[in-house]
Amino acid sequence: MNAELKVAHKASDYKSDIAPIWCPGCGDYHVLLSLTRALAELGLPPEQIAVISGIGCSSRIPAYTNCYGFHGVHGRALPLATGLKVVRPDQTVIVTSGDGDGYSIGGNHFLHACRRNLDLTLIVMDNHIYGMTKGQPSPTTEPDFDTALTPGGSGLRPFNPLVIALASGANFVARAFSGNVSETASIIVDAIRHPGFSFVEVLSPCVTFRPDQKAWKNQVHPAPVAATDDPARAARHLMSDDGFNVGVLYRGDRQPYRPSFGGTTCDLAELEKEFEI
Amino acid sequence: MTDQSDAPKVSSLADLFAVAYQIEVDAVERYTMLAGQMESHNNPELAAVFRDLARAEGIHAGEIRRWAGDMDVAAHAQQVAKWKKNESPESADLDAVHYLMTRSEALQMALAGEERALAYFRHVLASVTDPAVKELAKRLVEEETEHVELCQRLIRKYQEPAGKPAPDDPDPAISQG
Repeated sequence: MNAELKVAHKASDYKSDIAPIWCPGCGDYHVLLSLTRALAELGLPPEQIAVISGIGCSSRIPAYTNCYGFHGVHGRALPLATGLKVVRPDQTVIVTSGDGDGYSIGGNHFLHACRRNLDLTLIVMDNHIYGMTKGQPSPTTEPDFDTALTPGGSGLRPFNPLVIALASGANFVARAFSGNVSETASIIVDAIRHPGFSFVEVLSPCVTFRPDQKAWKNQVHPAPVAATDDPARAARHLMSDDGFNVGVLYRGDRQPYRPSFGGTTCDLAELEKEFEI
Repeated sequence: MTDQSDAPKVSSLADLFAVAYQIEVDAVERYTMLAGQMESHNNPELAAVFRDLARAEGIHAGEIRRWAGDMDVAAHAQQVAKWKKNESPESADLDAVHYLMTRSEALQMALAGEERALAYFRHVLASVTDPAVKELAKRLVEEETEHVELCQRLIRKYQEPAGKPAPDDPDPAISQG
């Protein structure tokens, strides 16, 4: 991450005055709390942080923070964040996404963001459902999850995002549970501090379309093994875990990709003219 | 006694003032957030309940500041009032809310928070030896006991009649039919 300026900040310094409109009980409220607490812990001024998102319930977070933000198009948060980080390496860039936005329409970008290993932090709020569009199955939905939209379940094998991230080159991989606010904040602090592409999957229940996920609170448990720097070992643990191990699971030592960029020499007024209709 | 291994350790009067203050400040933040949620979801009656709870916790925070005199409790709280995994005891459980929840359910939530705070201060009272810290812990236990009793009285006052049907949900999650 960038040089930390240790000024006493409160979590509320990072909240905007826009009231969230998630469903009461949504795990994303906890994630917003965790994120703002993490930023306060890091002591970064809000103007040194950019929060970038795509589309979905989780992607509303940039509007609720007091940092720079960009609410992009569906699945394209990572390309936007990549562009920003390349031209403004001084900014701490955080991407907020969901399992639909991040793993389905944005799945290809997920792979290549891991591979590029720019110094970004991706936080995916995974609720195993498309909540904003009323409950369609997402890439992480269980195959037998029965709804009026998918009678008998989709029958499709769920995506394993943490293993995919490891295989694709992410430099930090962690899983958190939204209900454990302090613990999630601490993992986000770790993720932002760790150089390179950091991926934090937050199990964040959807109270409206997945009321069964209220049980997650009692299912999550600390990962039984400490974080490793061996991706193969981390992947083996993840392939055989129950999906509820929380904590930092992998800390890599790949050098972040830092493309040289000499800045633009073009005249912005000239460029604007090219786009005139 | 509930497990307090996650809670901040208290080793001085300043620590206890700071932790007690932070507990109330966190409660204000949480109830204000819940009031906002209820306003967004057109439940003004419950929004008012949460605003009242936030106001009450704000008064408690002010009292603790006053008791602390010249100590900068807010600054010290940023250093010491940290829970490793859980949240501070009076922070209402965010995932226990629903946009159709009743006043009685909101008060049950408040009661649970007050009981957690009471358990924490009892733990402090039992574990500290410094007479001044012990005296403050005792005072905080008495305060929290009063808050618990107040919540219990309000719950009795606003008890939903037995057999009252659940509120009609005009916006059910239809895909789960």
